[in-house]
Amino acid sequence: MSAKHGTGYTMGFAAAVCLVCSVFVCLSAVALKDMQEENKKLDKQKNVLKAAGMLAADEDADAAKISELYKNIQPLVIDVKSGEVKKDVDAASINMRMAVSDNSKSFKAPANDAKVLRIPNEAVVYQVMEGEMPTMLIFPISGKGLWSTLYGFLAVDVDTTTVKGVSFYEHGETPGLGGEIENPKWTALWKDRKLFDQSFQPAFKVVKGIAGSPADAPHEVDGLSGATLTCKGVTALVNFWIGKDGFGPFLENFRKGGI
Amino acid sequence: MASKTKEILLDPLFDNNPIAAQVLGICSALAVTTQMSASIVMAIALTVVTGFSGLSVSLIRNYIPANIRIIVQLTIIASLVIVTDQVLKAFVFDISKQLSVFVGLIITNCIVMGRAEAFAMQRKPIESFVDGIGNGFGYSFFLVLTGFIRELTGSGRIFGAQVLPLASEGGWYTPNGLMVLAPGAFFVIGLTIWALRTWKPQLKEEN
Repeated sequence: MSAKHGTGYTMGFAAAVCLVCSVFVCLSAVALKDMQEENKKLDKQKNVLKAAGMLAADEDADAAKISELYKNIQPLVIDVKSGEVKKDVDAASINMRMAVSDNSKSFKAPANDAKVLRIPNEAVVYQVMEGEMPTMLIFPISGKGLWSTLYGFLAVDVDTTTVKGVSFYEHGETPGLGGEIENPKWTALWKDRKLFDQSFQPAFKVVKGIAGSPADAPHEVDGLSGATLTCKGVTALVNFWIGKDGFGPFLENFRKGGI
Repeated sequence: MASKTKEILLDPLFDNNPIAAQVLGICSALAVTTQMSASIVMAIALTVVTGFSGLSVSLIRNYIPANIRIIVQLTIIASLVIVTDQVLKAFVFDISKQLSVFVGLIITNCIVMGRAEAFAMQRKPIESFVDGIGNGFGYSFFLVLTGFIRELTGSGRIFGAQVLPLASEGGWYTPNGLMVLAPGAFFVIGLTIWALRTWKPQLKEEN
């Protein structure tokens, strides 16, 4: 065991240990930063592609394939309140998750069932392009489930109401119950359902039990058994983000061909 | 010397397993063992940290002032854990997302601190390194076994590949939902400790 030392020695030793350790930590953080950023970017792109159904939900695609597929996707920065596209803003500079904790970049959401507290001023939505024509729109969605905030992407046809796909990429719901929202079998049920009724009011609902085919129950998706509250959250958050406080203004502009 | 090194390495695997004998470090074992791949990455991360913290602490053991030794050990361990976390984020991003905070929580894992304080403070660097790796293996054994049992019975998969066809997909296996939740890990770890202590009675605590 080490001998007893004076205070000066102890302070000096502590400082030296801290210095060596911090140099070590800094070096690793700086050296690996580029790779980590790249991973984060690919991960996000992968989630967008999965929502669009361009990548199978359980597929583990490599970086080259993701970049190749992602060429067809065009991010758009929009002003959430007015729904206008901001062409001069780079989508890479927008971080919606950071923005909601910054009062200058987000505003307080009106009371809502999805328990969304703040809405970013600027949001990134994605257009899937075929040549010059958009074929699909992809929106980031988020809101409270039972235990956690769910984050996902919702892909909608250019008619702005037909669902093309959905994927929840981050949540902390109970595995096997609420966690089933990421099950590809369940998200496949969303395809061809309608988000809006005839007068373009949000009408989407995750029901209890079986909803039937998209033709019989155009606005409904089967509930997940044992996950009633998570499903309620999903219903609320989808309707919130397609509604007037979410991407409603943008969708309306889009329907008018105004983007 | 060679046989002694071997003993230091293998002793914590069964004869003096940190989980079975001392029931240390089981928090993370509950959280990250729903899947094999996550368990294995966590096991490797912990083994590396325990090994290198033993080595580093042992290298400076004669210079550490006794009154700040714990915080010095903790600083070293914390730095190693941050570096490990950075490496995981750079190279195995998907798994590091699953492990989330639990890599960071290696800092508080009693096995790492325990070995640094109880072993590395008195022994030579190489021995301490081997001891750290050995204890890491002892932990890994539990983690990987638990991960294997939980993934197989909880979702019918091994390494994410379906081995037991699920009843919901036309097969015959109805997955045991309990196994994917934390209590499942308690049962598996409890039963394994019981089995190991029956096989090696010296692991039992004296009353």
